[in-house]
Amino acid sequence: MTRDGFLRLRNGQAVDRSDAPVISREQFRERVIGELAAGSRLSAMMVVPTEKTDTYQLFTVVTDPGSCDIGLLACEVRKSYPALTPDCPAASWFEREMSEQWNIQPDGHPWLKPIRFQPSRCTTGAYGAAIRPVIGLTDFFQMDGDEIHEVAVGPVHAGVIEPGHFRFQCHGETVHHLEISLGYQHRGVERALVGGPNARTIHYMETLAGDTTVGHSSAYCGAIEALSDTHVPPRGEAIRAIGAELERMANHIGDLGALAGDVGFLPTMSYCGRIRGDALNITAMLCGNRFGRNLVRPGGVARNVDEELVAKILQRLDDVERDATSAIELMFDTPSVLARFEGTGVVSEEIARQIGLIGPVARASSVNCDVRHEFPYGLYRFTQMPVCTWPSGDCFARAYVRWLEVRQSFSFIREQLHSLPSGATRHECKNLHPNRIAVSLTEGWRGEICHVAITDDEGCFAQYKVVDPSFHNWFGLAYALRGQQISDFPLCNKSFNLSYCGHDL
Amino acid sequence: MFRQLRTRLLQKHRTMSYPNGPTPELPPRFAGRPVLSTAACQDDCSRCISTCPTGAIRRRDDGSLQLDMGLCLFCRVCEKACPHGAVCFSREYQLATAMREDLIVTGDAADAANAKNEPAARLFSRSLKLRQVSAGGCNACEADSSVLTTLAWDIGRFGIQFVASPRHADGLLITGPVTENMRLALKKTYDAVPDPKIVIAVGACAISGGTYADHPEQHNGAMAVVPVDLFIPGCPPHPLTILDGLLRFLGRV
Repeated sequence: MTRDGFLRLRNGQAVDRSDAPVISREQFRERVIGELAAGSRLSAMMVVPTEKTDTYQLFTVVTDPGSCDIGLLACEVRKSYPALTPDCPAASWFEREMSEQWNIQPDGHPWLKPIRFQPSRCTTGAYGAAIRPVIGLTDFFQMDGDEIHEVAVGPVHAGVIEPGHFRFQCHGETVHHLEISLGYQHRGVERALVGGPNARTIHYMETLAGDTTVGHSSAYCGAIEALSDTHVPPRGEAIRAIGAELERMANHIGDLGALAGDVGFLPTMSYCGRIRGDALNITAMLCGNRFGRNLVRPGGVARNVDEELVAKILQRLDDVERDATSAIELMFDTPSVLARFEGTGVVSEEIARQIGLIGPVARASSVNCDVRHEFPYGLYRFTQMPVCTWPSGDCFARAYVRWLEVRQSFSFIREQLHSLPSGATRHECKNLHPNRIAVSLTEGWRGEICHVAITDDEGCFAQYKVVDPSFHNWFGLAYALRGQQISDFPLCNKSFNLSYCGHDL
Repeated sequence: MFRQLRTRLLQKHRTMSYPNGPTPELPPRFAGRPVLSTAACQDDCSRCISTCPTGAIRRRDDGSLQLDMGLCLFCRVCEKACPHGAVCFSREYQLATAMREDLIVTGDAADAANAKNEPAARLFSRSLKLRQVSAGGCNACEADSSVLTTLAWDIGRFGIQFVASPRHADGLLITGPVTENMRLALKKTYDAVPDPKIVIAVGACAISGGTYADHPEQHNGAMAVVPVDLFIPGCPPHPLTILDGLLRFLGRV
């Protein structure tokens, strides 16, 4: 079905590749911008090589929360096209990515430079260069003035976290601009996915962002199931959703503890560090691995649960909920914590929408978005998850939305364990249909995960696009730092807690 | 104040007594050291070899199987694929070794591999400061390393601590396959650690490249850039496996 020029499909639906409308570059720009202005989100932009050399199809995936539809539109480009970014900041990161990977110039892009410093995926080299760019070797936005100073942090940080480089332009303690330069974690995942699926594919998905194993592997399986017309049995869907909510709960509890640590409130930090581990241990009861590895597989899940295990999980869940509640409510009732959280790193709803923030970070700025609610998939088609929002857009909101979501996850998991459907946990997947395109969205704990799979004549992946929520949200962190004290960076950073490897792929 | 004391009481004392007390509980479905049975293996079948996502299983010249724990993701696909029960995963969590080749499991009965490093044990057994470097890690090995600093595991009681600067460290704990984009930063961090120093590789990626082995964007693990003194396999290794590896490395268990 087409509407407003877009091919419309549902989450987890596959269509013929030839059905996707291919229009002129100018029309493409106009329509995509119009669609986003009307309230859709930009979920993915990707480049698909064609049979003609140096000619590519530029695919756009927009998601329309109003109609629960996903819109697909493509245009053919050779060397350049008019950039969308000047009218639609949410496209900025995508256009930089496509330029780096495929040497396609978005004319008029205001800040065109590498985002990953990765080897080019086409023959001509990124930006037409013969050699790959050197990581970190780039011009950063700079301010001028006698009292202006620049602070450079990373790639190796002080904590046990992933690498990234941060450049602050400061006047005294005040940060006027932060530029974030990533790519240190680039492992070549999207390149390696082409030609699959093979024995490694599911393991790439499980380690795209290792703390979002269930989120990404569920999105991948959604795409595979769409491309092979596989139906997941209800019990499999239920166990997947339980795994996803356990992942959300564990990570949110860990984040709340780390936020407490960043403002020096040690009791909640200490308690939550342990409670997060207990939550991960519940996932390990399901599948043997604390991060949900080897649980989600195309067609369903690889692990079943029996009554004894359900009873054990329910009991552990009670323990975790009791401990988490006492630890986290203590933090939210402590005035010295609130004084540091409130008003720090504010992102307004208008800005959040413009730069395309998603997930709990966007919900903390009143943006009512949640894939589980808007584009329901799997078990969420049958069980409603209310969307948790908060209006203040500051570190407090980003912390509080997480706590609201943790509480919902507790009751959701409990409800599902009490009413587990009977029957099989997995159906066998057949071969993928050739020349199809599928879009699969899930709500990971950081927000919307978008996978787009396109198959070739043989039913292998011609292209596979992964968009981790961090890809949309890194610029939000940079924005949140504007006008803040540089000493608030750790707190703001943790309130976003974005993935480096999910971004770098 | 009263609220905080009350919460403290509710949260109880949680630090485990391991290694002096009982071993922490492992999940029932935990996949530990793989066990190969030469007697059960049929020569004409190679299902385990063909299904392994990282090529961790090979046939030796004498026809028997070997499994490289340094490449193994502990995904149990081989166990399911083998119709003869020649590959299975035990619940043995002591996996760390001091030598790369000791990570290779064969069907022959073998003693538990040695993880102890005599010079390191002499120097660092009561105080080991580590700088963690993630060089393409997915944040799972990182998370299960840093969980050791929480109050349940509390590695501080062994004098082990993660420090903020390589200048303050006795060694590096490396995760990830070492991406090309992190190679120089890792080398510089290593060079910044004062001698004598040690290096610990945690997880399949840091040992061999793991899932990303042979990608041109990475270097098949830490050994390509720095010498490694302790290998802790897994994807990711369980915190107990990491802690056990550190303690045996230092000669404390």
